[in-house]
Amino acid sequence: MAPMIAVTDLWKVFGPRAGRIVGTPLADLPRAELRARTGCLAAVRDVSFDVEPGEVFVVMGLSGSGKSTLVRCLTRLIEPTSGEISIGGEPVRAMGPKRLRDLRRRQVAMVFQHFGLLPHRQVLDNVAYGLEIQGVPRAERHRKAGEVLALVGLDGHEHQYPDQLSGGMQQRVGLARALAADPEVLLFDEPFSALDPLIRRDMQAEVRRLHAEVGKTLVFITHDLAEALTLGDRIAVLRDGELVQVGTPEDLVGAPADSYVADFVRDVPRSDVLTLRWIMRDPGPDELCEDEPLSHRTVIRDAVHRVMRAERPIPVVDGDRRLGVIDADRMLAALVSHHRQVPA
Amino acid sequence: MTATSPPAVLRVTAAALVDATRRRGFWTRTVAAVLIVATVVAYLIFRTDGAADSDDAAAFRFFDSVRDWVDANRDTSPFFLYGVNYVRLGVRLLVDAVQAVLLGLGFAGLVAAVSAIGLVFAGWRTGLLAFGGFLAFGVLGLWEQSVDTLVLTVSAVLLSVLIGVPLGVLAARVRWVGATLRPVLDVMQIMPTFAYLAPMTLLFLIGEPAAVIATMIYAVPATIRITALGISEVPPTAVEAATALGSTRWQLLSKVRLPMARTTIVLAVNQTIMLALSMVVITALIDAPGLGQNIVNALQRVNVGAAFDAGVAIVILAVVLDRITTNAARRTRVHQNRRRRAIVAGGAIVAVIAAALITINPDRLPGYTFAEPVNDLVGWIELHWYDVTEGLKNGISAGILDPLETVLVTTPWWLFVLVVAAFGTLVSGWRAAGLAALAAAGIAGLGLWQHSMQTLATVLVAIALTMVIGVATGAFCARHDRLATAIRPVLDAAQTMPSFVYLLPAVALFGASRFTAIVAAVIFAVPPVVRLVERGLRDVPATVVEAATSAGSTPRQLLWKVQLPMARGGLLLAANQGIVMVLAMVVVGGLVGAGALGYDVVAGFSQRELFGEGLAAGLAIVLLGILLDRLTQGFHDSKGPRR
Ligand SMILES: Nc1ncnc2c1ncn2[C@@H]1O[C@H](COP(=O)(O)OP(=O)(O)O)[C@@H](O)[C@H]1O
Ligand SMILES: [Mg+2]
Repeated sequence: MAPMIAVTDLWKVFGPRAGRIVGTPLADLPRAELRARTGCLAAVRDVSFDVEPGEVFVVMGLSGSGKSTLVRCLTRLIEPTSGEISIGGEPVRAMGPKRLRDLRRRQVAMVFQHFGLLPHRQVLDNVAYGLEIQGVPRAERHRKAGEVLALVGLDGHEHQYPDQLSGGMQQRVGLARALAADPEVLLFDEPFSALDPLIRRDMQAEVRRLHAEVGKTLVFITHDLAEALTLGDRIAVLRDGELVQVGTPEDLVGAPADSYVADFVRDVPRSDVLTLRWIMRDPGPDELCEDEPLSHRTVIRDAVHRVMRAERPIPVVDGDRRLGVIDADRMLAALVSHHRQVPA
Repeated sequence: MTATSPPAVLRVTAAALVDATRRRGFWTRTVAAVLIVATVVAYLIFRTDGAADSDDAAAFRFFDSVRDWVDANRDTSPFFLYGVNYVRLGVRLLVDAVQAVLLGLGFAGLVAAVSAIGLVFAGWRTGLLAFGGFLAFGVLGLWEQSVDTLVLTVSAVLLSVLIGVPLGVLAARVRWVGATLRPVLDVMQIMPTFAYLAPMTLLFLIGEPAAVIATMIYAVPATIRITALGISEVPPTAVEAATALGSTRWQLLSKVRLPMARTTIVLAVNQTIMLALSMVVITALIDAPGLGQNIVNALQRVNVGAAFDAGVAIVILAVVLDRITTNAARRTRVHQNRRRRAIVAGGAIVAVIAAALITINPDRLPGYTFAEPVNDLVGWIELHWYDVTEGLKNGISAGILDPLETVLVTTPWWLFVLVVAAFGTLVSGWRAAGLAALAAAGIAGLGLWQHSMQTLATVLVAIALTMVIGVATGAFCARHDRLATAIRPVLDAAQTMPSFVYLLPAVALFGASRFTAIVAAVIFAVPPVVRLVERGLRDVPATVVEAATSAGSTPRQLLWKVQLPMARGGLLLAANQGIVMVLAMVVVGGLVGAGALGYDVVAGFSQRELFGEGLAAGLAIVLLGILLDRLTQGFHDSKGPRR
């Protein structure tokens, strides 16, 4: 299957005569040194990744690591310095202004950290804004806007103004606005960072539900690891503009690429994320096993009960193929091995 | 070591800075002292006899010849045929159209229309105010003049908005437009009202078109500035979100930027209206009809009573227009029920149409005039306060004004230019000083040295009085909250008043004299000074005041040693604003006996053979304005409050 979004060797350098840097030895300098030498800041450095259709792709990194810049480069809200981007197989950097507007209107929508709602418009007209600028007649765009408002649970608030809503509800409006034109791709730039933790959890559930219902491709920016782990099919970790690692949540937790990623994930309870694949061992010669196998995709926590009760090791299989076995010793080691939470 | 070094470095740097400042302060003071001594010595050696200005200077002859050329070519030169004359015609058509609408409504219709506009856009209170105010024009017997003034104001405001809002948007969005406009607007805003009039009559002849264009030029900088401010303040997050949805540039402007800036744009219209009204009244001097005519005529006869009714009408018009636009701006922030608003608006339109069909002759309303009681009061003041007013007038004239004027007039022009350059460099940097010195040299070249120095002397005395009164009042207000609250509406009202109105109380108290212009200028300029001083004092951080108090300062020590020095930035800004306003008013004072440049300008309108001199005087006023503004502007730029 062709990827929905393909990014190749993407650079974004801010500063005077930014174009001269990429492809020269200057590009290899660390961020701080480049800045001292040239006054330029490499916000995104040589980033490549693919996003599959229907996938939730999370980009994570500390503040200032270039996440917002990266996601804005995708629809050229920030003009990239070099590299290739294609969305739905079409190269974005080759698009003329008209085609680019069309991409933004119909194919890719974005949800922002600070909502970016228009205070002089009622909720309904905020949601209908994207359709309005496409020239959709009033009655039709209001009908469509009403539908997406119902989808995000805001029916009854159509005629209120943004400043009459709570932060969480405002972001629901932002979400509805992005959904209104039925785009294939949704971009989220830290959409819930400005919200209270409880409301944030609601909204994450909302995004999961919507993803299950409408099945779009999602690129989701966050600096919150828990959010990344709950939402992401795959997670990309960004540091100083560079991709450090791209992988599934288990990849990150089980095999962090370097100490930066390891630091990020060190407080994650491994048994909640890792699957049996990470802790199984090879069976001994002629070792007797239980009859009923476990799939290698089973999360450790879900297997605890059976493994601890079993008298013999349990086979771990991928379909019909036997990959290894898991026993109580291995299980115990996995449950207590992760970083200790209370200092001795 | 590395952990502790940054604070240490900071401390050393801070100490060095303080030291440098102190040394610079010492250095400045020494240079200033030397300069003062040098100036006094040079003056004593080189002073002239201060001969009166010739009335046949080269500059006058030059301007006269320009006028002659214009007169000869008005109907042949393509510049006039295809440019200026069309502008004049277009503005004439606009004025006629506005007039046709306002007069077409008739008395009842116009009163109803203004009340309805107030009601729909600004609430029922404002509607009621508008109703009462416009009825009052009829009661005062000034209906026609009020409508004339309104016609000119509305025309000038329409032009200003038509030109100013697009320019303001461009200034905010296109960098080079903003950069080009800024210095132009700076100069336009310090130009005293009088200076616009003569060139306008040269191009557009006297009458309504020249008046409307002069008014537009006077008011449009505010439209541009405030619109640009509103557009540039639109939150970038909303713009970005709309861009991400695929808006075109035009859609971003029409659906995001303009609607989000609308409160500020309505405020821009408010400022434009207030400036336009104050200028329209003054254009009576170039034969524009309206309430200004009543005031000019009465002032020239020193008949305060006769001018008073017109003054009251102008104040009413100013208050009504101000309330409608201010409250309309406030209301743009409130979300209103659209349906209800549509019903109210529909009802109002029906009512206005119905009222327009009724004919009421405003002359048949019960009339009232303030002329007699006011003249009685003036007479009473003359009788009983004669010693006080006369003493004040003569004391200040003989004690301060005359000696200062003598010194300035007998200073040779080159010494004046040198002194401006030297002190200018000291307080405002060489750039501002260079401009100021150029302006001073220009004044000398215009052949109006004596008149310019007389005007300058009057301005200096007036600004000194303004600052003394303004700072004292401001300091008092900053320390007495209750007083500040009581005085604030007075200050608000004072700032919406057209400048002409301020002449009336001054003339009532002091008759026609130079001192009258000073009094009017002081009344005119004190309110903004009070406001800036009060704000400056209140902005002094509470922690500093607390520290000084706990160190045992008396309130007086607190004021003199802590608050006033720390509020220096505010005080200097106040001086800068005040001086520009004072100059404008002193010039207008030429109408009521202040003579000098203001009188030259007015004489130039009415007497053909004085045209060149009048135009030169107008130019001298502009140069004087640039000189004074540059000197004080650099002041607060280079030595603002240290934070
Ligand atoms: N318009 C800009 N001009 C210059 N530097 C910028 C600009 N936008 C962002 N940056 C810099 O680029 C870096 C990455 O910023 P950003 O993408 O906003 O990071 P994040 O969203 O991960 O916090 C930061 O150091 C920021 O200061
Ligand atoms: Mg960000």
